[in-house]
Amino acid sequence: MTDFTSSPTGANGRRRGGSLLELDARTKRRNASEARFRLMGVIAVSIGVIALIGLLSSILMNGASSFRQTYITLNVFLDPAKLDKAGDGDLEKIAKVTTFGYAPLIQKAMEAAIKENGAAVDGLNAKKAAELISKEAPADLRRFVLANPDKIGETVEFSLLAAGRIDGYFKGRVTMESAQLDRNISPEQLMLADKLKQAGVLQIKFNWAFFTAPDASDTRPEAAGLGVAILGSIYMMLIVLCLSLPLGVAASIYLEEFAPQNRWTDLIEVNISNLAAVPSIVFGILGLAIFINIAGLPQSAPVVGGLVLTLMTLPTIIIATRAALKAVPPSIRDAALGIGASKMQSVFHHVLPLAMPGILTGTIIGLAQALGETAPLLLIGMVAFVREYPASPPEGFFDPASALPVQVYNWTTRGDPAFVERASGAIIVLLVFLVIMNIAAIMLRRRFERRW
Amino acid sequence: MSFVKLTASTLAIAAVSATAAVARDQVQIAGSSTVLPYASIVAEAFGENFDFPTPVVESGGSGAGRKKLCEGVGENTIDIANSSSRIKQSDIDLCASNGVTEIMEVRIGYDGIVFASDINGPTYAFTPADWHNALAAKVMKDGKLIDNPYKMWNEIRADLPAQEILAFVPGTKHGTREVFDEKVIVDGCKETGAYDAHKATVDGDKKKAGKACMQLRTDGRSIDIDGDYTETLARVDANKNGIGVFGLSFYQNNTDKLTVATMGGVMPSVESIATGEYPVSRPLFFYVKNAHLDVIPGMQEYIEFFVSDDMAGPDGPLAAYGLVSDPELAKTQEMVANRTPMGALK
Repeated sequence: MTDFTSSPTGANGRRRGGSLLELDARTKRRNASEARFRLMGVIAVSIGVIALIGLLSSILMNGASSFRQTYITLNVFLDPAKLDKAGDGDLEKIAKVTTFGYAPLIQKAMEAAIKENGAAVDGLNAKKAAELISKEAPADLRRFVLANPDKIGETVEFSLLAAGRIDGYFKGRVTMESAQLDRNISPEQLMLADKLKQAGVLQIKFNWAFFTAPDASDTRPEAAGLGVAILGSIYMMLIVLCLSLPLGVAASIYLEEFAPQNRWTDLIEVNISNLAAVPSIVFGILGLAIFINIAGLPQSAPVVGGLVLTLMTLPTIIIATRAALKAVPPSIRDAALGIGASKMQSVFHHVLPLAMPGILTGTIIGLAQALGETAPLLLIGMVAFVREYPASPPEGFFDPASALPVQVYNWTTRGDPAFVERASGAIIVLLVFLVIMNIAAIMLRRRFERRW
Repeated sequence: MSFVKLTASTLAIAAVSATAAVARDQVQIAGSSTVLPYASIVAEAFGENFDFPTPVVESGGSGAGRKKLCEGVGENTIDIANSSSRIKQSDIDLCASNGVTEIMEVRIGYDGIVFASDINGPTYAFTPADWHNALAAKVMKDGKLIDNPYKMWNEIRADLPAQEILAFVPGTKHGTREVFDEKVIVDGCKETGAYDAHKATVDGDKKKAGKACMQLRTDGRSIDIDGDYTETLARVDANKNGIGVFGLSFYQNNTDKLTVATMGGVMPSVESIATGEYPVSRPLFFYVKNAHLDVIPGMQEYIEFFVSDDMAGPDGPLAAYGLVSDPELAKTQEMVANRTPMGALK
């Protein structure tokens, strides 16, 4: 600073009469300090970029494989002696056969497939060979039979999930060495998997089920998907958008354009800024007390999650909207009022449309923040194992659901190492959603932005 | 303007929430994260095989689950609380004051607690006394109670490996910690004679002596893990000298990364825990709010399915995942069928 305030002649006046092209000591010093500042800036930015690259690459390396999944194609004979003992096709009796009753069918189909392809491995009995197939498979079969009871007695081709450890083998997570030590898989089973892959019985496909399937228990990580979590997140975002945008915009218009400037409005303003900085878990406690205990809304429901996140997002939206309204030049208001518009007309016809890009940007950023929030959901019972899809809205808002960040948290606490991959995959999906929202915010701003 | 539409939909939502007397049709469960995997395995199979929707299972800890159970009767309270420790009198009192009078206690089986270290490290053969000497704040040495001087395992007992002492124990909010304190640290305390020495200093007060035994050293060799076993595993992975405390089922899922230590000469396994040879185990429970049994569809069926031989029996999927099945399962099945509420705590 002192460099600017002192005159160019300096204290000793040595500069007078010298060439401008020759740098004197002080100019050199000033230039050097600028260079240092720039260097520090570059270093700061590169540290940030390196951290980001490290984070993203570790997530991508762990998670990219969750988008591929190993399947085993088997021709399963739907044995009427097992599934429809009475032989009368009575659906109620067929439904009595539990998934435990379907497991032997798969074991038989597996035996047949091994024989057919000459893939037999020494020291591997039929039960061990059937362990290559996910425990989800009997449930798939049962669902199919209950939907198509007329297929009983026929041989149907199924594409069944391979067990988590087999899937891990083709993704490099499980090796022959680790299988030696692992009590859940043996090297012989991996050898069989290799042979089946050569025979084309075992394929690796794109994992659509990861986006549509519900969560699965600890014994079948290969079947776990994000379906319920994505739906729950979408429902909550809908509620947050529908509640916080009108509420927030109306509140800010009133505060900015109509409210008198007095002690009360000052107090409200301070409180809004304060709320924006309150830790999100506090909103969860509030939600539990008000929405569940007093209002009697159900546990684990997106409606409660949405309401809690609305409270959390409101301050962000109000602050952004007020800033956007403030940025509209007073000349617009004056001109509108000057040609006889009422105060309300001037606001709704002229100021609000001009402030819209800023409002939308603020809203989307607020939503993105709410999308990634876990802490308040912990207290209202959404951090849970939910397998049932919520119904379509509006009833679905009251059904239990999970949320994307909650699913990430849930999967990281599971014992089976296959869930690490799933959790990273879920993070990627969450990041993609966030990127899309932020890009939308930028595009809206670009498209509607106006300069004066 | 879309603004108007938004406002309209807001009103619609508000209207729906005002009439929120929606009947709940799925069972709600909360509680212990140790019981969670078993509960979710059962819930999944239940949803697949019955016409009822899959129950919702929340984690959050045994104490929190029981507290939620005791919040009252009604559809916005949970139906079942999973718990890795027995219900406390304070919970029962809280329940009673909120109108939850009949609670059924269902013991689903036993869970072993194992001590495991990195697969490439040495194998350990521990006794509770070793763990007390390694981790307690004050230990007996040469007949005197002194601040813990040990730095290496082989200083405690010459036949233990020459490794630095570093243990990752569950944090105090975990139910596992209670069992660890009780069955390992305090038992070890009694074995080494430190218990009697503590008792002498506090004028024979047993409670205070037990507390003094459980005091762990704070010089960074005993590290509390407040997260889950996955965090403990990550810490053991980063510190090859470290020994972690895990649940048996977690260890069984990670046998390629961990090597398990024997305790008192017994290898932990489903069998050795079932026979009671392996000393560090505890029963797992869930607590049922009987008032909800006829209100929530599928609740009775879920409970009966949970304790059926198909699920909780020695050959069922729970045992395969690491639950030690209860030899008195038949008794539990009968109790569940009769809806016998639990009596006073002994």
